[in-house]
Amino acid sequence: MAIERHLNDTVHVTNLEWFVNWSRKSSMWPLGFGLACCALEMIATFVSRYDLARFGMEVARPSPRHADLMIVSGTASKKMIPAVRRIYEQMAEPRWVIAMGACACTGGIYKNYAVVQGIDRHLPVDVYIPGCPPRPEALLDGILQLHAKVMKEQSIHNPRVTCVKVAGE
Amino acid sequence: MNQEAIKDRLTAKFGQDAVLDTTVFRDQLSVTVIKDKIREICRFLRDEPDLFFDFLSFVGGVDKHPQTPRFEIVYQLNSSRHKHRFRIKTRVEETADGLASIDSVVGVWATADWHERETAEMYGITFKDHPDPRKLLLPEHWTVFPLRKDFPLEGTDDTPDLPPQKI
Repeated sequence: MAIERHLNDTVHVTNLEWFVNWSRKSSMWPLGFGLACCALEMIATFVSRYDLARFGMEVARPSPRHADLMIVSGTASKKMIPAVRRIYEQMAEPRWVIAMGACACTGGIYKNYAVVQGIDRHLPVDVYIPGCPPRPEALLDGILQLHAKVMKEQSIHNPRVTCVKVAGE
Repeated sequence: MNQEAIKDRLTAKFGQDAVLDTTVFRDQLSVTVIKDKIREICRFLRDEPDLFFDFLSFVGGVDKHPQTPRFEIVYQLNSSRHKHRFRIKTRVEETADGLASIDSVVGVWATADWHERETAEMYGITFKDHPDPRKLLLPEHWTVFPLRKDFPLEGTDDTPDLPPQKI
């Protein structure tokens, strides 16, 4: 680009939407939140061997108000789902959801009265990761797919709206 | 003390009529007692110095559908002083106008509190004089009893994910 060359490559020129998307995907903070055994694989993904910090995601936020991404890691029981929805509602826009593992995607082996048959009945899921549990590589792959998805979003011109109705009200 | 001797202590105190049935499976004795005396029997087993069942391992339920009486309640006892164990059972039946009921033994062993709450919500058995008769594990808005044999595993319309929406 001419302007960059003119200024001896001390600046870069891009469009605002790309820059916003790039900022969002480069420091997407996940919620520190585990539901079942998949959470152990998620922990393995965070720590040094797989090192999620490579993707700017090492800060798991205990408060949903700081978090951008909810990784639903495991079986969501029906008793738990009002709390999960409440946590999701507390997250600030824009927010994303990954359904990690067979249980979060479909209920998995728990086709019974006590388990929610897929978290997408309650939350808008962006990426589904199969596996029981998925290995950390699979979670990383899902996260990278989500990053690719974020890069394609029209964050300025057509921002996503992910409102859900408030649980129990 | 061996299990036969414990059973003999029971019959000596409460009479032959208090013991309905005795089964032996893999050298373990199970004694079925009448439900009306369950609290006295439990207190006796706890307080006698040579029995001294100070530890209640669990209380659980069994649905014997379609037998009558339908439900069985199992008490597994343990004595930390004498290192012996004992199992008593009792049978309860649903009445025409409501749920089966039995006396709570929380006053004898505090352990029974949560165990009886779980048994109550899973089988629909009322534990009389229970100090805190709320549900333990299931969502508050459910009115079904999932561990009954005639309950469909995959749930019904009465097991919704969320409480009814307030309008």
